[in-house]
Amino acid sequence: MTRRRAIAGSLTILGALLSAAVLAAPARAASEYNLPYGVTPISHAVYRLHMLAFWMMCGIGLIVFGLIFYSVIFHRRSRHPVPAKFHENTVFEIVWTILPFFILVILAVPAARLLLRMENLRHSQLTVRITGYQWLWRYTYPRYGINVYSRLSNSSLAAVQYGRHLSPYAVPHYLRSVSHPMVVPTGEKIRLLVTGGDVIHAWWVPALGLQIDANPGLINAMWIKILKPGVYRGACNQICGWGHGYMPIVVVAKPPQQFLEWVRHWRAMHRGPGQGDFPPHPLGL
Amino acid sequence: MSSEVLAHEHAAEHAPPRGFMRWITTTNHKDIGTMYLVLSLIMFFVGGAMAMVIRAQLFRPDMQLVTPLFFNQMATMHGLIMIFGAVMPAFVGLANWMIPMMIGAPDMALPRLNNWSFWILPFAFTLLLITLFLPGGGPQGGWTMYVPFNLQLGYGFPFMIFAIHLMGISSVMGAINIIATILNMRAPGMTLMKMPLFVWAWLITAYLLIAVMPVLAGGVTMQLLDRYFGTHFFSVAGGGSPILWEHVFWFFGHPEVYIMILPAFGIISEIIPTFSRKPIFGYRSMVYALASIAFLSFIVWGHHMFVVGMPVAADLFFMFSTMLIAVPTGIKIFNWVATMWKGSLTFETPMLFAVAFIVLFTIGGFSGVMLALVPADFQYNNSYFVVAHFHYVLVTGAVFAIMAAVYYWLPKWTGHMYNEFWGKTHFWLSAIAANVLYFPMHFLGLAGMPRRIPDYPLQFANLNMVVSIGGFVFGLSQLIFVAVIFSCVRAGKKAEARAWEGARGLEWTLPSPVPYHSFSTPPEIA
Ligand SMILES: [Cu+2]
Repeated sequence: MTRRRAIAGSLTILGALLSAAVLAAPARAASEYNLPYGVTPISHAVYRLHMLAFWMMCGIGLIVFGLIFYSVIFHRRSRHPVPAKFHENTVFEIVWTILPFFILVILAVPAARLLLRMENLRHSQLTVRITGYQWLWRYTYPRYGINVYSRLSNSSLAAVQYGRHLSPYAVPHYLRSVSHPMVVPTGEKIRLLVTGGDVIHAWWVPALGLQIDANPGLINAMWIKILKPGVYRGACNQICGWGHGYMPIVVVAKPPQQFLEWVRHWRAMHRGPGQGDFPPHPLGL
Repeated sequence: MSSEVLAHEHAAEHAPPRGFMRWITTTNHKDIGTMYLVLSLIMFFVGGAMAMVIRAQLFRPDMQLVTPLFFNQMATMHGLIMIFGAVMPAFVGLANWMIPMMIGAPDMALPRLNNWSFWILPFAFTLLLITLFLPGGGPQGGWTMYVPFNLQLGYGFPFMIFAIHLMGISSVMGAINIIATILNMRAPGMTLMKMPLFVWAWLITAYLLIAVMPVLAGGVTMQLLDRYFGTHFFSVAGGGSPILWEHVFWFFGHPEVYIMILPAFGIISEIIPTFSRKPIFGYRSMVYALASIAFLSFIVWGHHMFVVGMPVAADLFFMFSTMLIAVPTGIKIFNWVATMWKGSLTFETPMLFAVAFIVLFTIGGFSGVMLALVPADFQYNNSYFVVAHFHYVLVTGAVFAIMAAVYYWLPKWTGHMYNEFWGKTHFWLSAIAANVLYFPMHFLGLAGMPRRIPDYPLQFANLNMVVSIGGFVFGLSQLIFVAVIFSCVRAGKKAEARAWEGARGLEWTLPSPVPYHSFSTPPEIA
């Protein structure tokens, strides 16, 4: 009797949670606690895959933990003094070998399809080369002959440097602002060629649903297509030394017309082939 | 009668020397097991102190308690010390103590090798720890030691490499000894399929160790050659590749994480039946699951490298093979639950840790399945989500299992019952604090916080403070653990031979504390 009630109870909770999930799904406000929904078709798909996996794990957890807690409560010695003797059951053992396999297929199929989509680099409209250095990023636009060095902004730097007592709370976007951002057009398929200048770094911007290692001497290719103009922030995500925590990434997405204006403006400001030398080390090492 | 006299003379002849020489010259599996466990406890606190530095620095943004350089050394050394110094020696110590007693053998098969494999370790950790005081500091590229960054280290670099060589030699010798003992010294009648699951788990783990520790040794030797002898294994300019290191490292690294969890599975499979008063459910499928997890561990290393830029086919292969591990792991979890089902459960400290292990390790398994999904891993990789994942499997998994084992077998080792009240207090504080410590890390990672950073943007401030508080409570609770162990060694209620009335297995047929030489004549196995 009690067992049936407990099972019914846990099923109700499971159902409630799942329906809450369905209801909560459209409300994807930027969260402190979850993956960002992001601004690219890929980041949207990644978010959906993540939530699918998350709720499936919650469902399985509810069943497994429900069984454990049921046993902990109802099979303790005070309630269940005489232990049963069984120690095998072929049917159950086959079921819990086969069933997880099918659950995994439900996750593996969409994951594999999405991966193939992410790796499809055809028909890109613009190429940006990204190089990681200790400890800054360089963005090169081969089509426009533009070369942007992007290091930690002076305002964050002022808060970081020892002896200066500037509170990080006084700095806008502490550790997520840079001297010069990477500027890209919205709505275009952009191919990113990522490499490392010295050691391995990783280029990660959560809102773009993308992370890729910057390996010295090797080039990785990925693509993004940003749907919404805005400022998207990330950071180096592979330990690369002293300044690893101080090499943020800022991507500014502008509508194509404004992007071209930025290109014209940048080229007018930075004439000549060299466009300035490698900037001095931001942390003064 | 005469055989008894002989046995007595034999024992007298082999009585341990007194004082310090006893511990240096000992070939006794119990003495060596004790030394392994003590070393592991010391290293647990050394690595734990480093974790406290990390959590203090991350308590709020712009803390500037330590320099970023020192922070990176703490993050790296914490990993190396906890893996090679705390978890692995603890399992070897438990193997030394328990395997001969569980299979009815008088000692380990190769007692002198056993002595040596322990005494290498203090030197290995001295080498590793003194790097902190050398010019250029200790290792700071993470325990994964990715090149080329790792080649930029200061004078600490060769010390770290040789420390790893020594740890590898010690592990391989320990593994050879365990295999030799299990295969040759079982009491008559104890067939392989009658062995306790802890012994099975260790047999398989020992093969994993022999297979992968030489790979790590070879890999770090290649780093040494690259740095000092002009080879170019890992530099593209010379025809090598930094990715080669990642493949070599993770070919070692993935089986390594199973080296740290299979013996834990074995421990849990001993404790759950004892306190459920019911035999383990599905013994055979437990053994097969262990074996298939061990096999799969060799073909999944690429899941640590999805963002490295592997071919799509490799990504797909590693995703599918990784997801497959969930099947045998699930079998083990269901079998433990089925063992508890309709048992007659009591919740002494070992059982509390064991039940917490099942629940919390499963949570680590869930995030593991999520991490296996390549597209999602492009977001999770190297974030605090990963940190949460592996601390769930290694702390609330492996370390909780070790603590469960210590409480479970302390009465057997010392002849005293530990203090149940303080044991339970230690459990509840640890279990609650560990979740305050590790659970919010999932959210931090999803929201975009990278691992191994000494400072962070303000949106991560609240959760980091919660995590740090959990960390401090968890760290302090471990002092209770030490106090309980010490007081149990010194005094306590007399333990019976069968300290837990539900316990089966040969070790409980011996008196508590166990005599210096156990099973001089092999026991009868029904
Ligand atoms: Cu970097």
